[in-house]
Amino acid sequence: MDILIIGVLLGGAYALMAVGLQLQYGVARIMNLANGEILVAGAFGAFWFFTGSQVSPLITVIGYAPVAFAANWAIYRYLMLPLVRRSKSEGHLEVDSILATFGLSFILVGVMLALFGGEFFSYSFLEKPFDIMGQPYEQNRLVAFLYAAAFCVGLYVWLHRTRMGLTLRAVSVSPEASRRVGIDVAGASALAFGLGGAITAAGGGLLSTFLVFDASIGIIFTMKALVIVIMGGLRDIRGSIVAAFVLGLTETAVASLIDPGLTLAAAYVVFILVLLFRPQGIFGRRAT
Amino acid sequence: MTGTEKTGLAVGAAIFLAAAFVPLLSGGYGLSLAVTVVMYAVLTTSWTLFSGPTHYISLATAAFFGLGMYTVAALIDVFPYPVLLVMATAVGAVLAALIGLATLRLSGVYFVIFTLGLAEMVRQLVTWVQTTMGTSSGLVVLTGIDEPMIYWQLLALAAAVYLASWRIGRSRLGFALRIIGGDEVVARHSGINTAHAKIALFVISGSVAALTGAILAPRWTYVEPVIAFSPMLSFLVVIMALLGGVHRLWGPLLGVIPFTFLWDLVTATFPNQTALMLGLCFLLIVYIIPNGFAGLIENLIRRRPLLAG
Amino acid sequence: MGKAGRPTRNPALDGGEGAAAFLHASTKRERLMKTRSYVTAALAGLLAGALSIGVAQAQKTVKIGASAPKTGPLAVGASITHWPNVKLWVETVNARGGLKLKDGQRKIELIEYDDRTTPGEAIKNVTRLATQDKADFILAPYGTGFNLATAAIFAKFGYPMVTSTSITDKQEELVKRYPGIFFTLGSTSAFSEGVADVLKKMRGEGKIGKRVAMVNVADAFGIELANAARPVFKKAGFEIVYDKSYPLGTQDLSPVIRGAKAAKPDAFVAWSYPPDTFGLTAQAKVQGLDTKAFYTAVATAFPAFVGKFGAAAEGILGGGGIYVESPEMKAYFEAHKKITGKSPDYWASPVVYATYQVLEQAIEGVGELDRKKVTEYIKKNKFKTVVGEMDLSTGISNKFWTVGQWQGGKFHGVNSLNIPGAKPVMEKPAWK
Repeated sequence: MDILIIGVLLGGAYALMAVGLQLQYGVARIMNLANGEILVAGAFGAFWFFTGSQVSPLITVIGYAPVAFAANWAIYRYLMLPLVRRSKSEGHLEVDSILATFGLSFILVGVMLALFGGEFFSYSFLEKPFDIMGQPYEQNRLVAFLYAAAFCVGLYVWLHRTRMGLTLRAVSVSPEASRRVGIDVAGASALAFGLGGAITAAGGGLLSTFLVFDASIGIIFTMKALVIVIMGGLRDIRGSIVAAFVLGLTETAVASLIDPGLTLAAAYVVFILVLLFRPQGIFGRRAT
Repeated sequence: MTGTEKTGLAVGAAIFLAAAFVPLLSGGYGLSLAVTVVMYAVLTTSWTLFSGPTHYISLATAAFFGLGMYTVAALIDVFPYPVLLVMATAVGAVLAALIGLATLRLSGVYFVIFTLGLAEMVRQLVTWVQTTMGTSSGLVVLTGIDEPMIYWQLLALAAAVYLASWRIGRSRLGFALRIIGGDEVVARHSGINTAHAKIALFVISGSVAALTGAILAPRWTYVEPVIAFSPMLSFLVVIMALLGGVHRLWGPLLGVIPFTFLWDLVTATFPNQTALMLGLCFLLIVYIIPNGFAGLIENLIRRRPLLAG
Repeated sequence: MGKAGRPTRNPALDGGEGAAAFLHASTKRERLMKTRSYVTAALAGLLAGALSIGVAQAQKTVKIGASAPKTGPLAVGASITHWPNVKLWVETVNARGGLKLKDGQRKIELIEYDDRTTPGEAIKNVTRLATQDKADFILAPYGTGFNLATAAIFAKFGYPMVTSTSITDKQEELVKRYPGIFFTLGSTSAFSEGVADVLKKMRGEGKIGKRVAMVNVADAFGIELANAARPVFKKAGFEIVYDKSYPLGTQDLSPVIRGAKAAKPDAFVAWSYPPDTFGLTAQAKVQGLDTKAFYTAVATAFPAFVGKFGAAAEGILGGGGIYVESPEMKAYFEAHKKITGKSPDYWASPVVYATYQVLEQAIEGVGELDRKKVTEYIKKNKFKTVVGEMDLSTGISNKFWTVGQWQGGKFHGVNSLNIPGAKPVMEKPAWK
């Protein structure tokens, strides 16, 4: 039971890292290697407001989400769209977007280094025990989990119950066909990219309540998010959520039952097994 | 062998001969730059050998490189150095064969992230083995091997890689791979054993990367997982290869040389903003030289007769 | 050297010219030789002139090179422990007019490079400092791996290398191999012995029992420390009831703390790195792992640690420590805060600074920029530094703090090798 709860809490944290990227990759087809840096920028925002003017990160993350949305929208519109337009195939776009977002991640690291310096940042927020069935858990992790759950459910409902959500899903299935039925593919992609960035940044703010971070740590989050998104299948947000919890539970179970030294190795073993037996991801559909 | 090929071979041989004299001319800075250039030349060329024709982007270079380095670091007190080089190559080959067998069904972005995850997994396993069974002393590599010797070893390896790539390009295997890169289904229908062809090249590519790591172990002296298995290395290799252009044998080299010098310039001029400046350079490259330097040069050559005519 | 460039009349040369004019009908070969000697003389004059310009420029400053990570995995540690000290030292020396040499005072000109936490880059940077920038002296890089990787380059070009952030049990072998290398921060075995000593003392006083839970981060330093600690703890009569490693970059350490807690230890020892030092402490606090002795290795001494945990840090043991009360140390903390705008850490920071003081005093003691003499001087003399007197005659300083403890908002040294002034160890109070 204990393992289950810790695993689910960790899964929530992973979902925060990955859902934004899923949206960006699934709809806009950009493998955003700067995802981790956006997350760290969000963490810095939360840290800055909390230590500077005692604003709770829980409020900050909602407050700066529109800013993050605008910034990411602009990244897509002005940096990615030219690449999309000039690419002849999906493979070509993949290579271009890898290179461009990799460069972007360097720029963001450089900017954050210049602004905040290279030290560690960590603060105590809700670092109190919360008892579930007699066992203590950290409150900040619990809160982050609740936010993650709210984001995921909200996003899922929005994607499946609204017209705009339908548009996004259509683009995610086939940009070509969507264009033929008169959907503004570029607009929808920019929207998805911006929304994904906003979720990632908000996730960063929430994660900063219990993780230690610094300006150049982003790549670690990027890699985790990539693994989760690929494991879940590229086209469906439910896949990423399930994959996040699978990873969280696996890591916790291995750490508690076998050896903490093997947690990350186990995570990658699961990832590789999933890819071997379901190469299209947990929720992916086979290409026709 | 045609005339152009003969000239190409002669020019290549001349370049390698000239490069062999670098340590005699510059014992210091020039040599340390040259080591970097040759190291990346070997890694990118061997990477391109597999990924160029097949379009499979592998991010597992660091796994092979790190394993090679660890083989030397862990066993330097047990076996003589040349034996370790052979062992490192073998370890790389075995790992590559396993990956190759496992990834036959994957393609596109799945393969990319798979190799990335795999590199991380290897690093985690190596670290775990080291913690649970290893001794603390296996990490330091103190040998009498100095920089010129490392340079010559790398250079010899580079020559071997180029020769092998050139031979493979002309062989049935290279032809098969090009068809796979064009359309895997067509390749299968025309009776090519796609699995064998892919695995064969991946094994060569992986064992070369492992051997490079092994050769560099004495230069780095202190081997720790974070640095030996740095994912940055895998990314850099891909980026340099793409920057140079992966459709020509000499393409990656065109990426490695400017990139190394650019990085060096950035380090020397903007020591406090390396990350920022690199990022900007990157974007400039992507937006201005989209087809790599090889593509750029070929375009120029193709355009010139037009202008003249 | 500058004299050769001046237009003085050289009688020997004048005589030669006269002879040449007189022997007008000399052989062709002789004439050729003459011409050649003129060319040589002219070249020598040019060269001397160029050199004297070079010397004149160099006379203004002493070039000091520095290469350490500003980006990459080790950048965090370097930006706390390494770079602020470089800045502090250069500014302090320049504020007092520069280094005092025999031919007057010279200010320091700092050349800094980012090694991006890549050994290849570090090697390239140090080589560039030595051969391209012609630095007079080079400061040792940050981190064990980078010190070892560049040691051969320092030795090749004859630079003294006073290392600080380099902890390995191979020190003696390295000192034999590279005559210009010096170690100041201690060895892995000394660190684990220090922890064993502190725990033994606490057990002797009846504060703790003999059950120790030990965890370590699965990376170079953590592995080395854990391997060194196992036999030492056993010899000291402790029972290791939990002994696990966790990978670097683990995002949730609660299973580790839960496992340790289930083993019911009397003491908790973590051979940890910065991010996990924070993570383990936070988890222990939330889950109420209340041991009377609680030790986390690297980063416990960072100001950010007490910044995050505040009063809860009280009584936590960690790697390092300093003699907080000494006037030199107090002055150092003030200057550090004033010039860099932040506090130094309570372990390696002062030692890093001390190695620069050693270099500074050795250069001034010799009075010139002769690297060989400076290296000899470091071996033959004792130095007054911010961490007390430093003796590097064997190449390895045998005076350093091994364990510190947060007491009253400061991280006091509680166990050391050959340094007086250790504070008595206190029991860790229950988590607040």
